[in-house]
Amino acid sequence: MQRLVSRWRLLWLAISVLVPGALPVAAMAGEVPLPEIPQARARVSATQGCVEPTPEMRRNHMKYILHQRDETMHEGIRTRQYSLEECVNCHATPGADGEIPRAHEPGHFCSSCHSYAAVDIDCFQCHADRPTRDAQIPAVDRVSTTHGEPPGVVTSLSHTARAQTVDAQAAERATR
Amino acid sequence: MSREQDTDKSRRRFLGGAAGTVAAATLAPGVVLHQLGQAKPADQPVSSQQRWGMLIDTSKCANGCEACVDACAKEYGWKPVTAETSERERAIDAQWIRKVNLRNRETGYSHSLPMMCQHCETAPCVDVCPTGASFRRADGIVLVDKHICIGCRYCMMACPYKARSFIHEPLHDQLAVAPRGKGTVESCTLCVQRIDQKGANAIPACAEACAAEGHDAFIFGDLNDSESALSQALRKHGSTKIRADLNLNQGITYRGIEG
Repeated sequence: MQRLVSRWRLLWLAISVLVPGALPVAAMAGEVPLPEIPQARARVSATQGCVEPTPEMRRNHMKYILHQRDETMHEGIRTRQYSLEECVNCHATPGADGEIPRAHEPGHFCSSCHSYAAVDIDCFQCHADRPTRDAQIPAVDRVSTTHGEPPGVVTSLSHTARAQTVDAQAAERATR
Repeated sequence: MSREQDTDKSRRRFLGGAAGTVAAATLAPGVVLHQLGQAKPADQPVSSQQRWGMLIDTSKCANGCEACVDACAKEYGWKPVTAETSERERAIDAQWIRKVNLRNRETGYSHSLPMMCQHCETAPCVDVCPTGASFRRADGIVLVDKHICIGCRYCMMACPYKARSFIHEPLHDQLAVAPRGKGTVESCTLCVQRIDQKGANAIPACAEACAAEGHDAFIFGDLNDSESALSQALRKHGSTKIRADLNLNQGITYRGIEG
């Protein structure tokens, strides 16, 4: 057995010497290119980014959205915590060119991960993929949750105001 | 058939009453009930204690005025028919709300009225929908759940008011307030998102625009609240249901169409 392994190792070494570039490619095969996920506009609280802890959102965001979808459609429950519109308001951020990318473009928050995971969603065939009426959204009561304070930053501010708030928070953190 | 319907209705009334009692009992200790007319909290479901409706006074509705139609189109991002609309587009135009011109041949009396989803109590569109996409909310608003609409268009055939339309082509840049997409049916929502936020103080976009034009032909309100402006107006003047013979008990009723 030992001999077999060493023979394989010899063979492998021979290949890497004979075929230039075989070794670096083999080394790279172990690495997975991760998706580049755009930063959201704001954080829910100082300790938490999204409306639920990030690992939970990564795994189960679709369940929250689906549940909210049916509650809103059939029962008129319009809390904003898990609403798709608020996802878009916070996560659809401008790219390097200053334009907010469309849902099918790689720079869009949703597609940045979905294209990587080969997930095809049809939400944005109907729903807006960019914030469209942010300034008009009245502050609605959020469901109080066990984690974090009510996300005041993400309620009804216009984008500029929101960005300013985020900037102010960043400045505050820097001075601390 | 009619006996079946009667049974069905009385059962609904009983269940509705029972649900109301339970809700009142559980809400009573500790929780302050919101006053009538105020908006429900955003995290509470709608209930059958309200039934939203409108009374449209066609004598105040001006011939040629399209303010309600334009306001609806602007609010929800659909294209109203104009002089430039092509024949092809006309054939598939969105039917959220439209103006209908009427003329009595005998008397020559002519007037117009806005026509939209009548938000029937026993809605034919809900009856025929094979997937449950066409449904009536507890508070009487008839909607299409486009997530489960398969685009069969049975509801369009069933609606006596031609109040629904189908989206034939892909759309882009829809508004957040009105997710609309190819392959689904759409219709008037009675500005459901406004009602969910403001309750009886809400005013649908069409009614708002009509009031802003100074015509004030619409009265929106809660049919179950005997003190609402709508109920008072109905009590005072009465109203006509279009195709009342179908016994659909619409939420939208009219005045002045007897003409």
